Parts: sequence; structure tokens; C-alpha cells
Amino acid sequence: MSVRSRPGATAWLLAVYAFLYVPILCLIVFSFTAGEITTQLDGFSLCWYAELARDEELIDAVLLSLRVGALAATAAVVVGTVAALVLARFGRYPGSTAFAAMTTAPMVMPEVVIGLSLVLLFAHPLFPFLGGRGVVAIWAAHTTLCTAYVSVLVQSRLREMDRSLEEAALDLGCPPFKVFFVITVPVIAPALLAGWLLAFTLSMDDFVLAAMLSDPGSTTLPVLVFARLHHGLKPEINALATVIVVLVSLTVVIANRAMLSAQRRRAAALRHAAGISPTAAPTVTLSIPDMRR
Amino acid sequence: MTRRRFVLARGRFWTGLLPWAWMLLFFALPFALIVKVSLSTPQLAIPPYVSPFVMEPGEMLPHFRPDFASYRRLHDELLALGTPGADLQYLSAWGGSLLLAALTTLLCLLIGYPFAYYIARSREAARNTLLMLVMLPFWTSFLLRVYAWMVLLDSSELGLINRLLLAAGVIDVPLQLLYNAGAVLVGMVYSYLPFMVLPLYANLVKLDQRLLEAAADLGARPWTTFLRVTLPLSRRGIVAGSMLVFIPAVGEFVIPDLLGGGNVLMIGRRIWDDFGPNQDWPMAAAVAVTMVLVLIAPIVLLHRHGRANGGDGEEGR
Repeated sequence: MSVRSRPGATAWLLAVYAFLYVPILCLIVFSFTAGEITTQLDGFSLCWYAELARDEELIDAVLLSLRVGALAATAAVVVGTVAALVLARFGRYPGSTAFAAMTTAPMVMPEVVIGLSLVLLFAHPLFPFLGGRGVVAIWAAHTTLCTAYVSVLVQSRLREMDRSLEEAALDLGCPPFKVFFVITVPVIAPALLAGWLLAFTLSMDDFVLAAMLSDPGSTTLPVLVFARLHHGLKPEINALATVIVVLVSLTVVIANRAMLSAQRRRAAALRHAAGISPTAAPTVTLSIPDMRR
Repeated sequence: MTRRRFVLARGRFWTGLLPWAWMLLFFALPFALIVKVSLSTPQLAIPPYVSPFVMEPGEMLPHFRPDFASYRRLHDELLALGTPGADLQYLSAWGGSLLLAALTTLLCLLIGYPFAYYIARSREAARNTLLMLVMLPFWTSFLLRVYAWMVLLDSSELGLINRLLLAAGVIDVPLQLLYNAGAVLVGMVYSYLPFMVLPLYANLVKLDQRLLEAAADLGARPWTTFLRVTLPLSRRGIVAGSMLVFIPAVGEFVIPDLLGGGNVLMIGRRIWDDFGPNQDWPMAAAVAVTMVLVLIAPIVLLHRHGRANGGDGEEGR
């Protein structure tokens, strides 16, 4: 039942990939035009890349987006990991359903609604210490949104992880805090990395929240691109798209390779350990009450 | 033992404090503010509303005096439904949003299901690469991908599709491809397709091949096998993917704005306009509250569905 034996399957796969990639490839091709028109290739030139490198407004927006993205991703990994721990390990307690709903809701709630609610918070006269709209507001909004995604990713990793190591360490008198950093964090590290990358991309990509919460001093890249899409286009935007596509593709391919090889190493190490002491796992006793649901 | 349990319980309290505090401050409190502002009276000043909490002289606590004008407006439009010449700004935006989101979900499902199925059935070594190729466009800038469709659909003779059709002699005058509902639909399907493919793939890849072989051995034709084995077993993936597409699609603002011009009014756009140019924050908040109420129904259904099916051991926990 392999796909190779069915031409219809291959045709469908190719058609959908074409649908996904043709628009992007067009932008890449048109970025090398020498003319002023964004949808035509008039000779070959790199002039729009030079233009891109000179555009200070755009570079400022890129730098701001990178900064907000890195800070929001880091905060989201911290808050999201702790939230995942609460959701995966604490079992049911009064208010646990409310907490689960609160942490996952930003994933399914329309961004316009989240944006509006946060504007009302940051513009509210009772909360002047939040500093009003601006970079901090955008960072907080992105962190809240990304926390939901990180928490889902980390939760699934926590639930499938073998807990006997943690329990053994607790039995041997290791304080829970230390167990978390010495044992849990290394085991869930791939999920943390994946969560950080996902959060970073979400933040870099977000227009609605950033636009609603920005003030004149805080124009992120999507906000600037959106404004330019409304006020006349130059092939510079094509050049920008090409740069982003190339950078993202490289990052994703490298990260994917790294994660695959880490997975393979871990699997090999586990097989090795199992071969040396096949009876090691069952001897660990469960003296800690099971906190799982 | 009891001491340890006590220490663990205290540790749990302090551990939970950070995410609890964060979510209360940046999610629950802002949402309470939306509800409050939706009950306020609009006013052109900063902030552009009069709070429903009024402090009378001599009172210790503010007096709660809600103004239901924004909700009444939505309610009146609902009552005026069917009356010729009625002004149904909000209701038509709602209808347009729900219809477009439903069409987007349906198209994503029709394109994404066979696609996810073929990826799940391809050789194990190839799966990872095929999946990564789906994710790649998703990781690149969302706005620039929408912009790419503006380039393709441009309605002058410079638009790529128009240029191809003109050169092939199929048409004589450039087609009006951009700034209509069709363009918005194409952009939505393009942007949301990965959200449908990923949960479907995750579900289909776990499908037990032996069940299909058994069905074939028992004489079922491929279509019968698909309808009676594969489709029922992938129900969860279909539900999850549809929710991931439908819910954000209802509130979408960017795609209708860029690909629809001013011609495709959706409810996300109404919130944006009432909040921005119209400075009617109570109305924007009231629409947001109704939006959450309308979307809560499918979310609760999804949750129920997930729990009801979680027990039959299909996914373990």
C-alpha cells in the first residue's frame, strides 16, 4: 500500500505542494527584478536587496521584532513550562479546570478579541504601572499567546516521559526543585527548544496584537509591512520575503536535523542502558503518591 | 511521609503561583474588562466610554449602572432579520464570517485529508521531510504569504494569473480576481491548510494497517474500507483540524482586509473598525463578547468529544 504504487496519490501530493510553494517562489523570482514593478521580472539585479539594507525604518522594525520575539519566547517557555507542570502533574484541585481553560484559551480565541481585551487593560486608568501601550504591552501579549502553545507542547512531553527517574531521585532524598532541574529539564529539553522556536516565530509573525498594542515608538516588522502593503509597493518587499524565507528554511532544516539526531542518540543510549542492566527499571519502588490523574 | 506530602503541597502552591498570576493578569482580568466595557456608554474622549460604575456623592461603593445599548443594537438587528431594507451591519458581517469560515474549513478538509493520508502512508523515512515541507510556509511570514496572493491575483494586466491567461489567449480583458470573496477564500485556505493537515496526519499515522488489511481480506472494496474503517477512526483528527481552522477563521482580520479590500466585511473587521476609526469601544467589546459566546459552543463540543473518546483507549491519556 505504498504511495509509490499509486500515481493519483503522487499527483495529489505534488499539486498541494505546488499550491503551497508557487506563491512564495514567485516572490523570490520577482525580488531579482531591476524594474519598479513588483509582479514582473525586468532583467536581473540585486538592487532591491541593496535598497533593503539601506532602509533604516525597516531595519529598526526587524531589530524590534527580533528583540520582542526573543524576550516573549523566553518568557513563554518559563511560564508555559511551569503551567504545563501544573497541568500535567498536579492532578485535580479546586480551580484546576479554570486554569486549564485560561492557559489554552488564547490558542483558540480570535486574536482581535485578545488584542481588544489587552488594549482595555493597558489603557485602563487603574493600571498605570503597566506602562500603557507600547513594547512592554506587545511583549506581554505575545507571551500570553505563546504560553498556550508552549504549555501544550511541554505537557505532551511530560505525559509521555518515564517518571521512574524522577521518583528514584525523590526517594533518594533529592529535593523536588533540584529533581526538576537535574532530571526533568534535560528530558523535556527538545520540547522546550521546539516551544521556544514556535513562540519566537509566532511573535515575529503576529500583526493583530502588535498593531492594536503599538504606540508610535513601537513598530514591529509585520506592522510596518502591513502599512506598506496599503501604501504602494516596491520590489523591496519581495526581497524582504526572500530573505525571511531563506533564513527560516535554514533554521528549520538545521533544528530538525539536530532534533532527529538527538532523538536517535537518546534511543541508542536507552538501548545501551537496557542491555547492561535489564532489571534496573522494575526495582524502583513507587513511594510517592501518584499525582497523575 | 505526611511531612513530605505537606512540603510537596506547599511547593505546588509556589510553583503554580507564576502561571496563575500571569494568566489572571493578562487573560482573565482583560476579559473581565471587555465585559465591563461592553456594558458602558460610548463617548468620544479618552477612554472613549463612560464606565458603568458610577460614584454618587455620599456613597461608599460605586454604583453599578450597566448600559445595554450595544447588546440591544445586536438584538434589534436579529429581530429585523427578514425585514426589507433593514440595516444589518453586524448581522451581515457575522453571516459573512461564519459562511467564509465554514467554506474555508470544508475546503481545507477536502484538500488536506487525502494529503495527510498520503503522507501518513508514505515510507517512514520520507514522512518527516514531507511534513517539514508543509510546515515551512507556515514558519515564514504570514503577511508576506498573503501578499504573495496579492501578486498572483492582481487585477490589472500585470497580475501573474491574468498575464498567463492573456498570453494564452483565454481572455481578452484582465479578470477582476482580487478584492472579492473568492480571493479571501483562496487566501484563507492557503493560510490555514497546515492547521488541518497536522492534526489529521498525527491521527492517520497511528491508524493500524492490519485493520485495513483485514477489511480487504474480508472482501471490502477500497471505498468501503475507507468509509467504514478509516473515516470513523480518524474522526478525532477531523474534529481537531476543523476546530483549529474554523475558530481563528471566524475572527480573521488581515486576509479579508488585504485580499478582500473593503468589499468583504467580516466580524473581525467590525471589531477593528469600532475600536479604531469609530471609537465606539463598548460596541467593539459587545461584539467581542458575542464572538466568544458563539465560539465557546464548538470548543465545549470539542472538549466533550475528546473526553468521551479518550476513555476508549484510542489515545491512552
